[in-house]
Amino acid sequence: MAHALENIDRRWIFLIMGLLVLLPLLFPLALPLVVSNRVQGFHDTIAKVPDGSTVLMPCDYDPGAIPELVPMTRTALRQLFQKNCKVVVLCLWNGGPGLVDNVVRSVATEMNKQDGVDFVNLGFKEGREAVMVVMGQGIANAFPRDYRGQETRSLPVMRGVRDYSSFPLLVSISAGYPGTKEWVQQVQARFHIPVVAGVTAVSAPEYYPYLQSGQLLGLLGGMAGAAEYEKARGEKGTATRGMDAQSMAHIFVALCILAGNWVQWSKSRSVAP
Amino acid sequence: MKREFPLFVTAVVGIFMILSFFVPHHSVSVPADFLQQCAIVVVAFGYVLGGANVLKLNTLAISKREPGWPYKIVLIASLLVTVVLGVLEGRQFLDQGMKSKWIYDQLYSPMQATMFALLAFYIASAAFRAFRIRTAEAGFLAVAALIVMLGRVPVGQLLTGWLPEPIQLPTIQDWIMETPQNASKRAILIGAALGVMATGLRVILGIERSYLSGED
Repeated sequence: MAHALENIDRRWIFLIMGLLVLLPLLFPLALPLVVSNRVQGFHDTIAKVPDGSTVLMPCDYDPGAIPELVPMTRTALRQLFQKNCKVVVLCLWNGGPGLVDNVVRSVATEMNKQDGVDFVNLGFKEGREAVMVVMGQGIANAFPRDYRGQETRSLPVMRGVRDYSSFPLLVSISAGYPGTKEWVQQVQARFHIPVVAGVTAVSAPEYYPYLQSGQLLGLLGGMAGAAEYEKARGEKGTATRGMDAQSMAHIFVALCILAGNWVQWSKSRSVAP
Repeated sequence: MKREFPLFVTAVVGIFMILSFFVPHHSVSVPADFLQQCAIVVVAFGYVLGGANVLKLNTLAISKREPGWPYKIVLIASLLVTVVLGVLEGRQFLDQGMKSKWIYDQLYSPMQATMFALLAFYIASAAFRAFRIRTAEAGFLAVAALIVMLGRVPVGQLLTGWLPEPIQLPTIQDWIMETPQNASKRAILIGAALGVMATGLRVILGIERSYLSGED
């Protein structure tokens, strides 16, 4: 048995993984979800934002992070739009603006929100931390025109928006650098604006110190965080559906670790005198 | 002079930018803001330089028929087509029906998502073939990995929901993430921050010169 496993063609592993991801997506298992404190903090912080205020929402990711970050972006936008909040979106990843634009527009259409009035996508600007700091002098200084080329200052959504002091909350959705860590270091620490974040699962451990220090008021970690957020909001989106597939994939990876070590152990036992 | 002048400019600008963090007076903040905006403009030029570099290196590789040269033709063709279409379509490049939008939505976006999705398969294969527990430390790592992996997803709750709460997988997972993981992460962050400060000082004082033509 151990010998057979040792020489297994890795395509079998790929096939099993593929099936374990595909089947729960086709036939959901509806595994139970528990909303963690971090996710509840994210939800409650947005809930406490005064209705009708303007929120800054950097979406720093690209298509590689679609399964994890797009569901939480959608849910956060829905929660903000439901409170009649105006949303100022931007993206500091050069591969992301088109994707972010599609996501924001689809949610805005669903919620009957108007471009330039209820939301604006400022688009992409290179410069990473420098852009964050320049935005502190004035949002329109860093982004004189939005993603569609409209003059930022002339947009109704930007009326009353000067710099970071105009926002009661910053919602950072990010897949890495530049992202949540830089928003905390350059903006939260300097301009004292409350921040909540949604990040990829692989990068989530990096943000726990900021969560414990109170620099982040809530954290969504990966698809699990997005699914918990959907549950907290009473939605059933793509993250909730994806959690069954992710559960199966995690079990399979855990079994692979155990099986690999069992094979190794059996081999060393048979070699030993 | 060729070396001294850049070192002098670096030192002056570096000290001035540190000063601007602590002095909010407009005589300091206005020039500092101007320098920050200059930085954004300079960084933007990096894209032009990068594009020119990609064209130069790959054209050279194609002309010399280096290994994999046909792929470089695809790279250059894709680059030129995307840039030319973007320039021709102008500010409307994002509107429905535009070719630039089609390239982004139908080619770039799915291809990048596919590359990321492939990780699941390679992680499973690597977990089977490479994750070997040969020492006590590796054993601790494996146990922590298994608990976090299963505790993070709903199946962890399903498997151990019948146990008392302190020994359920999600609770242990939370403790691992919030206590030992958090402590070590904080130590790494503090160490990295001290390292960045030391490097910054070395650059400002002209001790670190590797950014000048690769010189040590």
